[in-house]
Amino acid sequence: MEARTRTIYLIPYLVWMVLFVVAPIVLIVYYSFFNVEGQFTFANYEKFFTATYMKMTLSSFWYALLITFFSLAVAYPTAYLLTKTKHKALWLLLIIVPSWVNLLLKAYAFIGIFGTYGVVNALFEAIGIGNRQILFTDFSFVFVSVYIFIPFMILPIYNAIEKLNPSLIYAARDLGASSWVTFRKVIFPLTLDGVKAGCIAVFIPSLSLFMLTRLIAGNRVITLGTAIEQHFLVTEDWGMGATIAVFLIIIMALVMVLMGLRKRGLDLVKR
Amino acid sequence: MSNGKFKLSNLYLIFVFIVLYAPIVYLTVYSFNSGGTMQGFDGFTLEHYAEVMQDTRLLIIVLNTFIIALLSAAIATIIGVFGAISLHFLRVKSKATLLTLNNVLIVSPDVIIGASFLILFTIIGIQLGFTSVLLSHIAFSIPIVVVMVLPKLQEMNISLFDAARDLGASSWQVISRVILPYIKPGIYAGFFMALTYSLDDFAVTFFVTGNGYSTLAVEIYSRARQGVSLSINALSTLIFLFTIVLVIGYYYIERRNQRPANGVVSE
Repeated sequence: MEARTRTIYLIPYLVWMVLFVVAPIVLIVYYSFFNVEGQFTFANYEKFFTATYMKMTLSSFWYALLITFFSLAVAYPTAYLLTKTKHKALWLLLIIVPSWVNLLLKAYAFIGIFGTYGVVNALFEAIGIGNRQILFTDFSFVFVSVYIFIPFMILPIYNAIEKLNPSLIYAARDLGASSWVTFRKVIFPLTLDGVKAGCIAVFIPSLSLFMLTRLIAGNRVITLGTAIEQHFLVTEDWGMGATIAVFLIIIMALVMVLMGLRKRGLDLVKR
Repeated sequence: MSNGKFKLSNLYLIFVFIVLYAPIVYLTVYSFNSGGTMQGFDGFTLEHYAEVMQDTRLLIIVLNTFIIALLSAAIATIIGVFGAISLHFLRVKSKATLLTLNNVLIVSPDVIIGASFLILFTIIGIQLGFTSVLLSHIAFSIPIVVVMVLPKLQEMNISLFDAARDLGASSWQVISRVILPYIKPGIYAGFFMALTYSLDDFAVTFFVTGNGYSTLAVEIYSRARQGVSLSINALSTLIFLFTIVLVIGYYYIERRNQRPANGVVSE
C-alpha cells in the first residue's frame, strides 16, 4: 500500500492511542504530584510509604495471591479434564457462559446465597453445624473472587494443554514414567505458558477489585483498587488516588515483565 | 484410563459446573418467588417481571446500556479495523511498539482506566454523562478489535495484494475488495467482543458516569447496595437469557472463523 494512504488510515488509530493510552498514563503520573489544594508536592509518595498504606498494599497482595492460587488449584484440573471430554468445544463454551453474565449480578446472587438465611446457612443448619456468618468475611471474598476469575484461568490453561503434542506423553509413559512423573516433568512444564497467562489474567484484576470488597466483603478488605476508588470518588483526593494508581501500574508492568508476556507480544508481531 | 478414575474426574467436572451455575440458577429461581426475599420459596409469581416492565427508569437504563454498547462497538470496530490494517503494513519494529501500546488498555485494571479517563475528561472539559461513557467504551474496545483482526491479516497471503495491484486496483480497492472480505470473520468477532466488553463493563463506567446517567451495571450496583429486591432477579434472568442468545451468536461466528478460507472470498 502507498505510504500516504496508509498514513490516512493510521491517523484515527494513532489519535486514539495518544488520547486514551498515552495521555491517561501521563495524567495519572502528573496528578500524583499534587495534593488536594492543587499544590505541587511529593507528600503523596511519602504518605504511600507510611505504615497504613504499606499494610494495605501488602494485604491487597496477599488476597490477590490467595485468589490466584485457589483459582489455579481449581482451574488446572478442570482444564485438564475438559480436554479429555468428548464434546470439548461445548463444555468449554459452558465454562465461558457464566463469565458473560455481568459480574455484579453474580456478586448479587452470592449476597443471597451466603446471607444469614441463605442456602448455605440452611444447609449448615440441616447438617448440624449451625448458623454462621459467611457474608462479609475473608472466606466469602476469596470464594466469590475465585468464582468470578476462574474462567479466565481455565481458558489459557485449556489452550496450552490442547496444543501439547500427545506423543510426548506417550513417550514419557513408554519410557516408564508414572502418571504423576509425566505430569510433573512433561505436561506441567509444557503448559507453563498457559498457567502464566492465567495467573496474570487473575492476579492483576484481583489487586484492583473494588465492587466485591464493598458488596461481599463489607469493606473489611481494602484492595489497591478500593483505595483508588475511595480517593477518586469519595474523598476526591485525586493526587493520592493517582499515586496509588502509579504503584499499581508499576506492579502490573513488573508482573508482566517477570512473566515474560512482553516477549510473547513481540512474537505475535513477528509471526 | 481406568473406569473408576474416569468417574471421579467426571464427578469433579460436574461439581465445578454446579458451582459455576449455582448463582445464576439461584437468581432465576428466586425471580419467581412471591415471598419477596431470597430466602424460603413461598410460591410462584411473575409479579417481579411485571415490576421490571413497569419500571420506566430501569427500562431507560437498559436502553442506554444497549445504545452505548452498539454505538461504541460499531465505532471501535471501524477505527480498530483500519488501525489493524495500517499496523499490519508497518515495519516490524514500529509495529511492535504500537502493539505494546495497544495492549496497555487490555491488561490495565479497570480501576486505572476509569480513574485516568475521569482525569482526562475533566481536563478536556467533557461533561460526565452519555458522551464520556461512550468515549470510554470506544476507547477500551479498540485494542480488542485490533487484537481480533490482526491474526486474520497475518494469515493473508502477501501475493494477494501484489496480484490486486498488478491488476490495477487502487489502494482503496485493495482494502474494500481484497482485505475486508478476507478478514470479515475477524471483524465480526471483534465487533462481538467489543459488544460484550461494553455490556459487561462496570468499573470504567462507574468512574466516568457522573450524576443522572447510568448503565445497567452501575444501576445494579447501587440497588444491590441497598439490599435485596427481587426485580433485580427478574432483570438478571432476562439478561441471562439475552446473554445465551449472544453466546450462540458468538459461537456461530467462531465456527465460521475456524472454517479455512481459501484465497479470496468468492461471492
